[in-house]
Parts: sequence; structure tokens; C-alpha cells
Amino acid sequence: MPIIINPDKCTGCETCLDSCPFDAIELKDGKAYINEYCNACAACLSVCSEGAIISTESGAQTKERKQLIEDYKDVLVFAEQREGKLAPVSYELLGAGRRLADELGTGLLAALLGADESEAMELVKWGADKVLLCSDPVLEKFNDDVYSEVLAKIINEYKPSIVLAGATPIGRSFIPRVAARLRTGLTADCTSLEIDKDTKNLLQIRPAFGGNIMATILCPDYRPQMATVRPRVMKRGEYDANRTGEIINVDVDNLTPGTKVIESVKEVSEISVNLHEADIIVSGGRGVGGEKGVRMLEELAIALGGVVGASRAAIDEGWIPYSHQVGQTGKTVNPKVYIACGISGAVQHLVGMQSSDIIIAINKNPEAPIFNVATYGIVGDLFEIVPMLTKKIKEIKGT
Amino acid sequence: MNIIVCIKQVPDTAEIKINPETNTLMREGVPSIINPFDLHALEAGIELRERHGGKVTVLTMGPPQAESSLKEAISMGADEAVLLSDRAFAGSDTWATSYTLAMAIKKIGADIVFCGKQAIDGDTAQVGPETAEFLNIPHISYIRKIEEVKENTIRVQRMMDEGYDVVESPLPVLLTVVRELNQPRMPSLKGKMAAKKAEVKTMGMADIGADEECLGLKGSPTQVKSIFAPEVNADKMMIEGTPGEQVDNLIRELRNIKCL
Repeated sequence: MPIIINPDKCTGCETCLDSCPFDAIELKDGKAYINEYCNACAACLSVCSEGAIISTESGAQTKERKQLIEDYKDVLVFAEQREGKLAPVSYELLGAGRRLADELGTGLLAALLGADESEAMELVKWGADKVLLCSDPVLEKFNDDVYSEVLAKIINEYKPSIVLAGATPIGRSFIPRVAARLRTGLTADCTSLEIDKDTKNLLQIRPAFGGNIMATILCPDYRPQMATVRPRVMKRGEYDANRTGEIINVDVDNLTPGTKVIESVKEVSEISVNLHEADIIVSGGRGVGGEKGVRMLEELAIALGGVVGASRAAIDEGWIPYSHQVGQTGKTVNPKVYIACGISGAVQHLVGMQSSDIIIAINKNPEAPIFNVATYGIVGDLFEIVPMLTKKIKEIKGT
Repeated sequence: MNIIVCIKQVPDTAEIKINPETNTLMREGVPSIINPFDLHALEAGIELRERHGGKVTVLTMGPPQAESSLKEAISMGADEAVLLSDRAFAGSDTWATSYTLAMAIKKIGADIVFCGKQAIDGDTAQVGPETAEFLNIPHISYIRKIEEVKENTIRVQRMMDEGYDVVESPLPVLLTVVRELNQPRMPSLKGKMAAKKAEVKTMGMADIGADEECLGLKGSPTQVKSIFAPEVNADKMMIEGTPGEQVDNLIRELRNIKCL
């Protein structure tokens, strides 16, 4: 849908210039002008009081393309494994994929590369109808080229309408190659997936501009519709030990990777594991003011049996190490309770913690955006509230 | 050794705010910068040239004003700069962008292509790998260390979720890099002089021999349907009172939902 300006209607009022998130509207000779930055996002359409900004509908789909789109039906998830065991994101993809497949009334397929049949069975129990298993030993280690080759082959054969993979280092590295090869669209790092009620197209929702804004992306004219999904955002499917499904072995000949993994070295920081597994996270932002404030949060975290997280502001100030960062450029967490202390709530932070079950926000500014996502909000001085809270919790727990 | 570094001019997203009334990004006065990850890619390219000889060409696709970023790259030490600019490129998604970059890279020729792991405006991390696919060469993402470069192979460390892999690849190869790889240098005085004099070569659709059907909005499989500000939780409960009452009430609520 290219966006164009009707110069006869444009008054040169400049209202639309600021509405563009891509800086794509300029003023030329007293009229608005759409430059190369335009992404056709349509943000400018509604701001023009003169109706001078027009979106030209994309050309009607050709018969061949419509047919091609109809040939693609199921939902396929790429089930990631590490050292032969399913990665946690695989269960989340099955949860999301099952929901989408049920809504579309189609099947849920899972592609599993470099693991064995017992892991494939797990995928069935977590919701897959069919598992396409390629156990070739070459696939045990991750190499972009052979993974791309096998997944592209599976997609070409089974023609799923939707393909989901985890937005992990593996998924984000090779899935783009697959999309390029299949000449189709790919949306990175989605935090929400829905089906459009009318067109049945996949609505792919993701943060952009450093998490300052959310965008809904469509891939209407190409198949499959491909998306990587941020780990720890989607809910796992339901496990049913009695569920049955089909496991199909995918044969490949002469897979020879161009790249070669020589060794894999484990290097897991305790903090990152703790943040991902913690039931309770006490996070600090600019409002904690310094190391004294951080110690106060640590005490609350200890009293609750939780761990300390941080927003980028607190990291940039050097009060808390980077490994504690929650947000777009840090970690995505979903604890049972997330206590945000002195965090204003920039979207960059919110996208990393929004799916927590309970969010408690303590901030002295009642206008702070963190209150928009909070379950419980306390407007007040965290230097008064937090120590009191710690003391009460210790009393209750008798420690 | 011919090295190409792909860069992108981006708005400094740390400076962006949302207009609460219109839910749109406020970009006024937001500076355009070289995507921070691309500075690490550029540093890697320059270091490689310093050790192994050759030439560093910095490449970007964008509107004419992106030339300033290319000049900045030259001031840091790049030898040549190419700007891909054409109305036909407008509205490209990652697929069309990668196709366009790959067509240009084929024209220029490269043994190693460096990219930043992702751009801070889109955060997709897709253009590097997709470009490698169009070039039909291997790629390795999230490079944190270059261990060894030989005439026909390279060995690097790739970041993974739980550590890193040591990976070897034949050349040519495309590498996307993370911050941990190096510390980008500042422009030198000599570099700044060179940048002033440097000519940026502009290439359009015809120069790279691209198929128009694969370019810009027309060539892009994905469309941005809408953009919006993140949701507001309507069920939030504000806890009022003196600090003491607030704490007591919060604890009561937490006990009610069995969080304590």
C-alpha cells in the first residue's frame, strides 16, 4: 500500500511531518513529500485534515497468487534443540502454534532437527499433530546452512501457512536465510500473534524503535507467513501424556555444512539463570539513586526470596551490572511478582517484563508510564516504602 | 583482502519519546547516527585490513542524507564508500533490503562482509543472514571474537544462549558482530581530512542490475499494518494512604492472592 500525497489538497501545514515514525515526510516547494524512508505504515493517514494523504491499495491478488496462498494451510513450529534436548522456547511455540492452528482449523506441525524420536514424542504430548523429524547427525550441532536447507525442504513439501521459530540466537540467525530462499516475509521477535478475523492473515506484533512503539506486521501476498517469537512471552501449551500424533522421518542426502562448529563452550552466568527462573524480581531504575538504594532493593529481594533486576537507566549509571538488565536490550522475564522501584517505565523496559503475573510499581511520579502496566501502584518515596515493606515481610515470614 | 562493511543510518532510539496525545514517535531533534553495532563491524573490518592488507568499502542503502554516515565511516578509516540510493528502493523490508545489498556486494566483490548484529531502529537482525543467502555464501551471526584468519578460512567465536561456539567457515563469508567484539576507534584528524575529500559513489537500480520486482515496497513481502503505543492495564489498583497504610494494604493484597 504505497502512501502518496495529493498535491492539490495539500496545504503545506506540516502537521503530518511529526506523525511519521520514519522521518519519511518532508516539505518540498510548500507541499508534503514522501521520501525513501516511507514504510507505508499508514500512521500519517489520519492526521491530515485535508485528506491529502492517500494510501493506494495494493494491486488485487492475481488468481495464481490466490491459489498459491490457498495451497498453504497448516501451522509449523521449528522445535529448537540443544544437545539433543528440546529448548524451552519449543514448548512456548507449540502453545502459540496450537492456539493459531485451532483458530484456523488446521493442523500443527513441528520440525525437529538433530534430535531423536523420544524428543519428537514430547512435541506430540505438548500439542503437535505431526512431527517432521530429521535425525541426521550433521544436524546435532547448529550450522546455518544445513539447518536452512532442511527447514526449507520441509516447508516446500508440507506447505504450512504459518512458520514460527524462537527468537533465540539460533532462530534469529538461520530463519532469515530460509525466508530469503523461500521469497517470503519474516517478522522478527514477535511478542504477540493473532489471526485477522476477516482475512485469516497472521497479525505479527512486535516492538520497534528500541521498544518505543509497537508495530503490527502482515505478510498478505506471500507464503508461508514467518515469524520469530520472543522467548518467555508466549504461554506453554497443555501437556497431555496420552496425546497421539504422527512422527515422520525426513530423509536428506549428502548434507555437508560449509561452516563447522569446532567446539561449544558453556558460559552461564548465575544471575541470568536466576532472573529467568525467579518467582520474584525486585527491579530498580534511576529512582534508586545509587548503591545505597540498590542495597535496599537487595534486602527486599532477600526477604522475599527473589533476585534483583534493573532498568537500563540504573545500568547506564553503573549502579547495577549489565547482567541484571531487564528490557528490550536486556532480558525478558516473567516472574510471578515483579516489583518495579523507581522505574519510570520506558517501553524498552516494559517489553521485557510486561508478561509478569503481578506487577507492583513504586514511583514518586504519579504520571510515570510504569503505572500503565502495573497490577498494584504505589505513588510514594521508595526510600520510605521499601524498607517498611522489607520489615513487614520479615515479620510475616518470621525471619 | 576485500572487505565490505554494511552500515545503516538510524535515529538514536534512546532519544525518542512518544507523544502521549497522538501516540506517535516524536523525532524532532533526534540525531541520526551510525547504528551502534555497525561501528563494531567497521572496527572489525579496519583491524582486519591493518593486519592482512586490502581494502575496506563501507556500504549503505538509504536516502541521500545517509552520505554523512558514510563520510563518518571514512573518517574512522574506511577506504571507499558506496551509497545505494534510488526511489525504487523506497519502502524496502528486510527481504528487499537484503536483496538490494547483495546485488551491490556482488558488483563490488568481497572476501568478508561485516554487518552489525542488528539495527537499533528495527531490531530485526535479519538483513545480515538474508544478504548472505542472496550471495549464496555462508554466514555466522553474533561474532564476539575473531580467532584466526587464513587465506581461505576464518575461525570465530559465535555467541549462543548458554556460552559460545567456535566456528570455522570458508571465505567468502558474511559475519554479524556484537559489541563484545571490539572497541570502535574515534575518527582521526587525518581521517576527517580524508572524509572531506572523499567521493561517495552512488549506485541505483540500474548500476547493480537489480530486478525491479524485487525492490522497495513492491518487492517487500511484509507490510507494516499499523503502529501503536503499548497497551495500558485497565485493571490496575492504585494503593493510596500514608506510606504505612500503603505498605499494609499492599501486603494484604499480596496475601489475598496468595503471593505471601
